[in-house]
Amino acid sequence: MPDLLQIENIRKTFPGVVALDDVSFSVSPGEIHTLLGENGAGKSTLMNVLTGLYHPDRGSISIDGEEVHFASPRDSLARGIGMVHQHFMLVPAHSVFENILLALDNVPNFFNRKEYKQKIAALIDEFGLDLDLDSPVWKLSIGAQQWIELIKLLMRDCRLLILDEPTAVLTPQEADRLFTVLERLKKQGKSIIFISHKMREVMKISDRVTILKKGHSITTLQRGDYDENRLASLMIGNDKIPQWQKNLQMSDEIVLEIEKLSVRNDRGLSDLESFDLQLKKGEILGIAGVAGNGQKALAEVLTGLKNANSGKILAKGEDITNSDAKKSYIAGIAHIPEDRKSIGIAPDMSVDENLIMKSFKSGAFSRWIFQDKGAIRRNASEKIEQFAIKSGPDGTPVRYLSGGNIQKVIIARELSEAPAVLVALYPTRGLDIGSAEYVHKVIADGADEGMSTILIAEDLDELLKLSDRIAVMFRGQLVGYVDPRNTTREEIGLMMSGEKQGGAACN
Amino acid sequence: MVEILLDATVRAGTPILFATLGAIINERAGIINLGIEGLMLIGALGGFAGTYLTGSLLTGVMAAFLCAFVAGAIHGFITVQLRGNQIVSGLALTMFGIGMTALFGKGMVGMTIEGFERIAIPGLSLLPVIGKPFFNQDWLIYFSFALVALIWLFFYRTRWGLAVRTLGENPAAADTCGVPVNLYRFLAVTIGSGIVGIGGAYLSLATTPMWIENMSAGRGWIAVALVIFASWSSPRALLGAYLFGGITAMQLRFQAMGTSVSAHILQMLPYFFTIVVLVVSTIRLQKGASQQPESLGLSYDREDRK
Repeated sequence: MPDLLQIENIRKTFPGVVALDDVSFSVSPGEIHTLLGENGAGKSTLMNVLTGLYHPDRGSISIDGEEVHFASPRDSLARGIGMVHQHFMLVPAHSVFENILLALDNVPNFFNRKEYKQKIAALIDEFGLDLDLDSPVWKLSIGAQQWIELIKLLMRDCRLLILDEPTAVLTPQEADRLFTVLERLKKQGKSIIFISHKMREVMKISDRVTILKKGHSITTLQRGDYDENRLASLMIGNDKIPQWQKNLQMSDEIVLEIEKLSVRNDRGLSDLESFDLQLKKGEILGIAGVAGNGQKALAEVLTGLKNANSGKILAKGEDITNSDAKKSYIAGIAHIPEDRKSIGIAPDMSVDENLIMKSFKSGAFSRWIFQDKGAIRRNASEKIEQFAIKSGPDGTPVRYLSGGNIQKVIIARELSEAPAVLVALYPTRGLDIGSAEYVHKVIADGADEGMSTILIAEDLDELLKLSDRIAVMFRGQLVGYVDPRNTTREEIGLMMSGEKQGGAACN
Repeated sequence: MVEILLDATVRAGTPILFATLGAIINERAGIINLGIEGLMLIGALGGFAGTYLTGSLLTGVMAAFLCAFVAGAIHGFITVQLRGNQIVSGLALTMFGIGMTALFGKGMVGMTIEGFERIAIPGLSLLPVIGKPFFNQDWLIYFSFALVALIWLFFYRTRWGLAVRTLGENPAAADTCGVPVNLYRFLAVTIGSGIVGIGGAYLSLATTPMWIENMSAGRGWIAVALVIFASWSSPRALLGAYLFGGITAMQLRFQAMGTSVSAHILQMLPYFFTIVVLVVSTIRLQKGASQQPESLGLSYDREDRK
């Protein structure tokens, strides 16, 4: 049978970066073809080329053996190629119905609302989803929004479906449900390109796997020709991975305690609702939960970016929720934010300047009212060496650094004053494996020196590997604690979806 | 007395209503248009010249639409195709409009035409209180009523309208659904601008059937503020426009009655209320009550990497 899709020698550059170079691969009818690669390997870029969002500099795309040129997503849709993007393509202010309706083809301009509502409702029922068609999308959980994206795709009659990391915001159980759907589509003869970096999923559903590394397609393997180790070694290649060791930290001293904390967001909804948490000295406390269940609000309230509406925060027993002590506490806390570029750094300023942002008031970097350029430079070269930051020539704006190196700049700055508490919100998101392991090493080493870490992450494997205890969040509440050495992914998954209360007995 | 005041309200509110409706269409597609004042003047002169040269009011209105459509196309080209700064381009359009109409309107100053006449709608115009003010007017006012309804139906009952609203919220979402982003945005800017032009034409064809330099006198700016007050909805635009029409009508009445308050203070009232309205609507906006399109003012580059 001829290939449904053939991609040959694609090259795509952005100003200063070669995102894809000489990438080739093909998809046969009725197969699930996985694109595997680290963050930054070019998977999403390649798919954006395939759907007409990006124009390749070189190379060809053929469908059924016929070469095609996509000027826009409109053209690729017309050829039956549909995609669920990693960043949701939804309008939060519009209703579920409106979001889905726009994605359908062949809807007349003067459409019959009732007829289309029934059609969409029928499909939603078929998937056993509980969605109110008239509710605005912003009211829904991130998981539900992911399903809307999937429904948008499924309602179109696509021959080739592209799913870009669809399981990132689903619980393990929801992910399994998605895989059942994909298997069913495969049986109907549809082809699926599945993008992931979660090895477990890749092993489970792929017919073939193509590995991408630094913008190149390394190889394509048939099911049976690979195992987890083979894939991992191909994906990482001979990159150096920092080694670190996890030591159990056993201490009963509580450094931070949260009692019945409630935080409301701009829309007046509760991000945190009567939330409790205890953090012990020197421990790494993992926070598990499906994205959008209050993790961000927790990090923001702990680092002083948001005020609590009610409840208490106690630091070593002292109530600092609304006291003057809060300021000095906040100043002593280290924070690795979710969005590196927008709140982690000042992107247009140099590495030197970004590194002193936390301590510029201390006097160590100033002479009278002027900056002490010499001291700032010495501090920077020290940190650059200590944290192995690849920073380019002196004075380079931080924005030109890779994601991993930006993260190192943030970590170097935040840990410079030996903080007692580190709040890390998705610290390894978007990083390649080498950089991610480096972040893990820094956190583990910090724990050895008595630093307590609240580690919020979406990858359960990461949490299980690094945490002393794991607290599970659901809808802004603490479901319970689990012991990572003594639990299963399934148990955590059930707690993440609120279906199971946690075993609170865990220290 | 109430009838007369209401009548004056509708007549003073109509040019602002057209301008606000046009601006709403622009902003729903995500493009801020600060050229409304200039577009009104272009429409006013275009409408007057069209009627003066052909003797037909309908031709005048069409000429107003067309002139403003073409002027709006400049803004559309700069902001949509070239992805230029919408604020700067809009301000330039206003200055362009003021300057060009002063230049080309020189020969028209002092000329007169036969303006719009009132046409009573049988039956409805006999209603007490609201009969005369709303149903014994010229057909441009009746057209504005229809336009309010048509724009609402367009946005909420057609797929085109849904696509345009999506452009204002998240153009990438529209793009991945196959909506031609640039074409639709460009059309929203030009057609919206044309409707603003009709508002200008109302001034020179109905309010005072002649061309006066800078005759829009800041009404375009009031419309820009009213878009926020109206939460980007056409029925609320009607409400807002008549609110301002009412203030204008009232201050004229006060002047006619001869109060001791300075005429300058009274003439200031509509602009003063613009500030009040902006403050109030902005506070509501912060409380999350507003419908502001999320991508308003942002240009869309498909290859932009986030």
